[in-house]
Amino acid sequence: MSERFREAYLIERIKFGLLSPQEIRKMAKVNVIRSDIYEADGSPVMGGLRDPHFGAIEPGERCPVCGNTREECPGHFGRIELARPVLLPHLGDKIHAILQATCRKCGKLRLTSERIEYLKRIYVRLKDKWPTLAETMIKSIVKEASDVKECPHCGERQFEIKYTRPIIFFERRAEGEVRLFPTEIRDRLERVPNDHVLLLGIDPERARPEWMVLTVLPVPPLSVRPSITLETGLRAEDDLTHALAEIVRQNDKLKSLLSASAPEGMIEDTWLTLQHVVSSYIDNELPNTYQLSHRRRRPLKTLAQRLKGKEGRFRGNLSGKRVNFSARTVISPDPYISVNEVGVPIDVAMTLTVQMTVTEYNIEEARKYVANGPYKWPGAVLLHKAKTDRKIDLRYQKNYKQLAKELEPGDIIERHLMTGDIVLFNRQPTLHRMSIMGHIVRVMPGKTFRINLLVCPPYNADFDGDEMNLHVLRLEEAQSEARELLLVEKNILTPRYGGPIIGGRQDYISGAYILTIKTRLYTEQEVSRLLARAGVAVELPEPAILKPRPLWTGKQLVSLFLPEDLDFAGKSKVNTGALKCDSENCLNDSYIVVRRGKLLSGVLDKNAIGAEQPGNLLHIVALEYGEAKARELLDTLFRMFIRSLEIKGLTISYHSIEIGEAAKKEIERLTQEAKKEIEELIKKYEEGSLEPIPGRTLEESLELMIIERLQRLRSSAGEVAIKYLDPFSDIFIMAKTGARGSDVNITQMASMLGQQIVRGKRLTRGFRTRTLAHFAEGDKSPESRGFIKGNFRDGLRPTEMFFHAVAGREGLIDTAVKTSQSGYMQRRLINALQDLFVTYDGTVRDFWGNVIQLKYGEDGVDPSRTYHGKAVDIDRIIERVRVQRVKKR
Amino acid sequence: MSAKKPGRKILEHRLVPEHRKLSVEEAVKVFKSLGVKPWQLPQISVNDPIVRLLNAKPGDVIEIKRRSPTGGTSLAYRIVVAFERRA
Repeated sequence: MSERFREAYLIERIKFGLLSPQEIRKMAKVNVIRSDIYEADGSPVMGGLRDPHFGAIEPGERCPVCGNTREECPGHFGRIELARPVLLPHLGDKIHAILQATCRKCGKLRLTSERIEYLKRIYVRLKDKWPTLAETMIKSIVKEASDVKECPHCGERQFEIKYTRPIIFFERRAEGEVRLFPTEIRDRLERVPNDHVLLLGIDPERARPEWMVLTVLPVPPLSVRPSITLETGLRAEDDLTHALAEIVRQNDKLKSLLSASAPEGMIEDTWLTLQHVVSSYIDNELPNTYQLSHRRRRPLKTLAQRLKGKEGRFRGNLSGKRVNFSARTVISPDPYISVNEVGVPIDVAMTLTVQMTVTEYNIEEARKYVANGPYKWPGAVLLHKAKTDRKIDLRYQKNYKQLAKELEPGDIIERHLMTGDIVLFNRQPTLHRMSIMGHIVRVMPGKTFRINLLVCPPYNADFDGDEMNLHVLRLEEAQSEARELLLVEKNILTPRYGGPIIGGRQDYISGAYILTIKTRLYTEQEVSRLLARAGVAVELPEPAILKPRPLWTGKQLVSLFLPEDLDFAGKSKVNTGALKCDSENCLNDSYIVVRRGKLLSGVLDKNAIGAEQPGNLLHIVALEYGEAKARELLDTLFRMFIRSLEIKGLTISYHSIEIGEAAKKEIERLTQEAKKEIEELIKKYEEGSLEPIPGRTLEESLELMIIERLQRLRSSAGEVAIKYLDPFSDIFIMAKTGARGSDVNITQMASMLGQQIVRGKRLTRGFRTRTLAHFAEGDKSPESRGFIKGNFRDGLRPTEMFFHAVAGREGLIDTAVKTSQSGYMQRRLINALQDLFVTYDGTVRDFWGNVIQLKYGEDGVDPSRTYHGKAVDIDRIIERVRVQRVKKR
Repeated sequence: MSAKKPGRKILEHRLVPEHRKLSVEEAVKVFKSLGVKPWQLPQISVNDPIVRLLNAKPGDVIEIKRRSPTGGTSLAYRIVVAFERRA
């Protein structure tokens, strides 16, 4: 059995406080008095920052303090006795609050004794039950006390304390501002009585206020600031050691000045420097302080810098973990594996391992793996003998056969990853839970991970060099959990909105359309090819046409895969424009009707089988017939769509966007018309007779009108182009079915790019009075402000190409800015919400049991089990009942 | 601190859900049925206009009846507190 952790001591709570000088001195084993680190002979200086009493760190070294070797020695603190006290920079605000709330002479809180007693009683009771409230109370106490101008205890007059971050304090006395030195501050803090300290939010047992002013500085052990030896033999010390050395130097300087009774000004300067150095040792990014740096360059990484930020101790080391049993490589598509599968390169499969406990039931299997050894798949890498509790690394063995024979129940082997294992598969950015899904391994030759194209939408993956990560699940509990909850088929329905996130894209959609259009009939041979690709063996239905030879429709083939009692009705994507119809009696074949699992009319396109299309055929199947059934469709029917494309062939060329002379003339006519209208507008504007749009200036009105006119021109030019183009060409199939591209794209290719927009306006920037030197100054005509007459087929003029690039750049900038902003927003949201969960009583709670919501989403509905957010689709139920009534009759 | 009490008409605004101050017995029942301690409920400030209208004091429990297109009516409970939750 594997080892288990025993909970020997449980941490109930952690209380933070300050170290008292006594404590520091007690734990210090070294008094650091020398700033040099090594003697001339290379041995560490006694009383220096590498004194051996800081703890053993070299291999074989014995610690002179505790007598342990480096594995056992915990390291020991040292101390630096400061010649003059200095303030702890991060406690400045607290010190300020205390100084302002207490008397400068007697140190008592500036409130009457009765008031203090009263507040204390409340505070003690409040502290345990409402800690947040207690904190607010402290704030108000400090405020109340600092407003008192005369001490109620000794009658001393009080002055305002001015504080400049991080370490400078002034007192505004009658005679002017006087600097408060740390010695003075320490004296004052010392005078504050213990029970008054309590009311300032400080536990006097753990943190007396005067401990906020350092008289002795603790020096962390060497294990906290290890030095590294470079290949050259030179020693490089840790940044903390450098910072500490600087403190010792300044401290020495101050000491000698003091003993030489130097002039007060000089002492104060050095004292301040010492203060700054100590502050930087704690936080090297404080405002108004010198930064400690490495020989005039890189700033030192001191205590605060070790903890802060993305690569700091918290985010970098404690929250951020590295992981074993994982792999990463490029992904590539493979439409012939199941959506549930992932193709794993054999090299990866031989590196990643799974634990397998040998039992009498699987011992023969296990023997095979051990006999294969670590270099032949499927093999084993490690053998853990239960009897002797010895681990045998098979890489260093030769007698695999012998070891296999000796295998007995109870032994544990680390076997290669195998086809049929379950793994987690992930693509960054991990924006939603479908970014990590469970896949069944399929070991394959090659060097890339293979995934089915249908799982691209949830991962947002493509194959232009994307890499993905794979994690092996090693515990049986984890494996079965993944099989039940994380498998791709369990994630077809997204919880974000009620709908399928997995589904066809691009070729799947045009393929489905090609397969199901009325005009295409399939011969027996073609039908066999299609069904063979789907990998099913079924009896063929009665052909739709018997003579002169049997022919089947694509709809018949699709129906073979649908659940027997499926009823469905909905519009196709092509159900627009000329093909529009609103009822099931649709002659345009654009209204999908499925009755008793038979596709009776309507073509399948994006609205039927597309990804992220709530309410489509795939969604209904997944909801009502289970995700396994939906997956089955993805693995069979969808493959047939691709095959149908392969039979027909789908391509576009230069000629498919050829519109002909007549169309070009018509577009030219429309352009001239629009230009004339705009010229008139400009003329009117210049004369001042233009009627402005309410709420706009004259200039804005003109611009808006021009933009509107040009937009109209673009769309009418597009209509002309579409009129002249073959509506059954492949390019139109793609646009209309939603496979790829839109009417706008076709227009841009065939007829006209139209007005380019930057910041919602026509292009105006560039030179002072014009966009480019090709135009007259102040020219307001369409072509000088980014209107593009050309199209991609015939090419753009140089100025047009430039305008297009300008608008295109704006789009790129927008996406770059948007992703970084929404990424940060996402991070903050996740941090705030990550430990919320739905409890068994239906309430949403956080980790501490606080109620967040009485019922999840106020209705307790799981969105992924809904019809696009609605728990019940009444229209669908009515439709079903109606259909069934008709059937009965 | 003691600003003028808000007028009762804010209760009639269509965006303001129905609020009700629970009696101590009712409040205890709520705590029991949810299995929570008072401080585990969502909070509402005493300075909230509705709370002031209802004359609720810290420690009282307010029942809010919300209507939504998806959830029908749903109940929410909030405990009145003397401070606002820290941001």
